[in-house]
Amino acid sequence: MSRARSQAAITVGRLAGWASRITGRGAGTQVGGRIMLAIDPGLLTKLGSQDRVICVSATNGKTTTTRLIADILRAAEIDVVTNHTGANMASGVTGALAAPHKPSVAVLEVDERWLTHVVDPLSPELLVFGNLSRDQLDRSGEVNAIVKRWRTITEADPTRHVIANSSDPHVVYASLPARVTWVALGIPWIHDATTCPQCSELLTWSDEGFKCSACTFCEPKADYRLDGEYFIAGERRIHLDLSIPGTWNLMNAALAATVAEAHFEIPAEVAIKAMSTVEVVSGRFSKHRLDDGREARVILAKNPAGWTEVLNWLNGRDAGVVVAVNAHIADGRDTSWLYDVNFEALQGLSVVASGERALDVAVRLRYAGVECIVETDPLKAALAAGGKEVDIIASYTQFTHLTKRFW
Amino acid sequence: MESTLRIALIYPDLLGTYGDRGNALVLAHRARARGITAEVIEVDARSSIPESCDIYLLGGGEDAAQVAAAEGLMLAKATIERSIEAGSAIFAVCAGFQLLGNSYAAADGSELQGIALLDMVTTAGSDRIIGEVVIEPAQASGLPLLTGFENHGGRTLLGPGEAPLGRVIAGRGNGNGVDGVLRDGVIGTYLHGPALARNPALADYLISYTTRISLEPLTDDLVEQYRAERLAYASLTGANLKRATRRLHRG
Ligand SMILES: [Zn+2]
Repeated sequence: MSRARSQAAITVGRLAGWASRITGRGAGTQVGGRIMLAIDPGLLTKLGSQDRVICVSATNGKTTTTRLIADILRAAEIDVVTNHTGANMASGVTGALAAPHKPSVAVLEVDERWLTHVVDPLSPELLVFGNLSRDQLDRSGEVNAIVKRWRTITEADPTRHVIANSSDPHVVYASLPARVTWVALGIPWIHDATTCPQCSELLTWSDEGFKCSACTFCEPKADYRLDGEYFIAGERRIHLDLSIPGTWNLMNAALAATVAEAHFEIPAEVAIKAMSTVEVVSGRFSKHRLDDGREARVILAKNPAGWTEVLNWLNGRDAGVVVAVNAHIADGRDTSWLYDVNFEALQGLSVVASGERALDVAVRLRYAGVECIVETDPLKAALAAGGKEVDIIASYTQFTHLTKRFW
Repeated sequence: MESTLRIALIYPDLLGTYGDRGNALVLAHRARARGITAEVIEVDARSSIPESCDIYLLGGGEDAAQVAAAEGLMLAKATIERSIEAGSAIFAVCAGFQLLGNSYAAADGSELQGIALLDMVTTAGSDRIIGEVVIEPAQASGLPLLTGFENHGGRTLLGPGEAPLGRVIAGRGNGNGVDGVLRDGVIGTYLHGPALARNPALADYLISYTTRISLEPLTDDLVEQYRAERLAYASLTGANLKRATRRLHRG
C-alpha cells in the first residue's frame, strides 16, 4: 500500500478525531483510529516501525500499570507516547501512534481480548502481563480462551521479552514459551485458576506456590517479588511509597518497577521515586467535594477480583460506602458475581446500595449481614451515607458516568 | 433429619462461576429465620462428597472445570443416590445441572458422560443463550413465577419419565420451551442470579422437602421488590407475565 494512502488515512482520521473532540463526543483517538484503519488496514504495521513499542495487558490494573511505566520513562527523560484510557483496542492504539510525535517509546495499554490484533502488526519488543481473571462473563467468554490466544503470541516469537506475574497460573502458561522475566506479585484471587492450563488436572497451592497434580506445570522461580509494601530485587528491599491506595496498586507498581529495571535498566529505586507522586489515574482514585462539604473518593471495580481488593482496602476506614452497580454490557449483564465478592467486609459500616441495579446490591448485602439503604442515584447516595468521608465503589458504566458528572 | 440442616456446597472451586455460593447463603439464612440451625459444608475439588447432607448444591463452571467436576461426581454417584433415597435434596444449576444427565457436550462438541442420575441429554447449541429468564412452574409444585439470568450454550432434552421445572415465558431455558427438571427433591435449572436469592420460595421448597417441616411464611419486602423489578424487566416485551401470574393464582 502506498505512502499516499497511509498519509490520507492519518489526515482524515485526525480530522475526525478533532471533530469528535470539539463536539464533546469523546477524546477522539478511538474514532480517528477507526477511520484510519478503515482507509488503510496496514497502517498499524507502518506506525509500529517508528517507535519502540511495549504492550501492557491484564484483566485488572492495565490502565494504572501503563500510566506508571509511562511516568517512570518520562522521569528518566525518555520520550513517551501512550494511549488514552479505554482506547485500548486496535483503533485506540492506532489513534495514539498516529498522533504527531518524535520517535519514542510507545507504552500501550491493550485490552486482553485484543492483544493478538495489536501484537501481530506492531511486533512490540516487550509484553507486560499482569493477571487474568474472569471479567464480564457474558461478553468475554472464558478465561481459558484468552490464555490460549496469548500463548500463540509467545509461541510465534520465543525471543521476545515478556515481563510476567509468576503468581498467576494463567499468565505463566501464556508466557512460558518466551524469554521471560518473572515477578511474583502474589495472587489474592484463585477462583478462576483451579485447573491446570496445560493438562486440565487440579492445581495445588503450597508455600512454594502452585503446582499441577499431574504434569510438570508449576510456579516459576521469580526474579523480582512483591512482599507487602516492599519491592524485592535480589538483596535489595525497597519500600513502595505510593500515593494511590490499596494492595492492587502495590502490585501494579511492582510490575512497573520490574519493567523499569529488567527492560530499561532504570534502577527500581529511581522508578519507585518517579511513581510516588502519581495520585489519580484517569479519574480512578480521584477525590471530589460533595455538596455537604465532605470528600468522596470514586473507585472503579470491574470484576470480582477487583471488588474483593477494594473491599479489603475499605476495611478499617472511617468512611461511608456507596456500592453503585449497573448491568450494561460493559459492567457484565449478569449480576450473579455480587455473590463472589466478600461484601461481608462491609459489616458495621454505613452503606448505601446504588446504581440501576441497587436492588440486586441491597439483596446481596442483606445476605452478607450488612445493613443498607437504597438510593439509585450515586450522588444522592453519597450524601445519604454516613462517615467523615465517602468511598463510592462503582461498576464500569457507573464509574464513567460519575466521573463525567463530577468534572 | 438431624437437628442441623446440612447444606453441602459441592466443588465451589470448580462449579462456582455464577455466584453459586449465594444459593447456600440464602438456604442457611431462610432456615435460621425459622429457628432451624444450618451449616454450610464446602466440599472442594480435592475432597470426597459426604453422605447424609440434607441439601446438595451444584453450580455453573467453565468447560475444563465441568470435566474435572464430572470425575468427582462419578465417584460419588452411589453416595448421592443413597442420600436422595434417604430424603436429601439436590439443587443443580447450569453446568451442575447438565452433569446430572446421561451425557453433556464438551467445548469441542464431543459427547461426555454425565452421572445419569436423571434421564436427559445435553447437546451443544448453535448459539449461546444469554439473558433474563422467567419460568412458570407446574401448578402442583406450589411455586410462584421464577426469575433468573441464563448464560449457556447447551440444549437439554428430558427423557419421557422426567418433568421440567417449568414452562419458559421469557428467555430460552433448556432450549425447547421448558427449563430445568423437577423430580421430587431433585431440581435442575439454567437459572442463576443466584436463583435462590431471586426466588426464596424455591429455597423454602428445598428446605421443607428435606426437613418435612411445613415452614412458616417468611416475606421479605426488599426481596419481593427485587423480584417484582426483575419480573417486570423480563416481560417488557409482552403480556405473558400477567397471564402466567393469573394461571398460577387460579391453582
Ligand atoms: Zn497439568
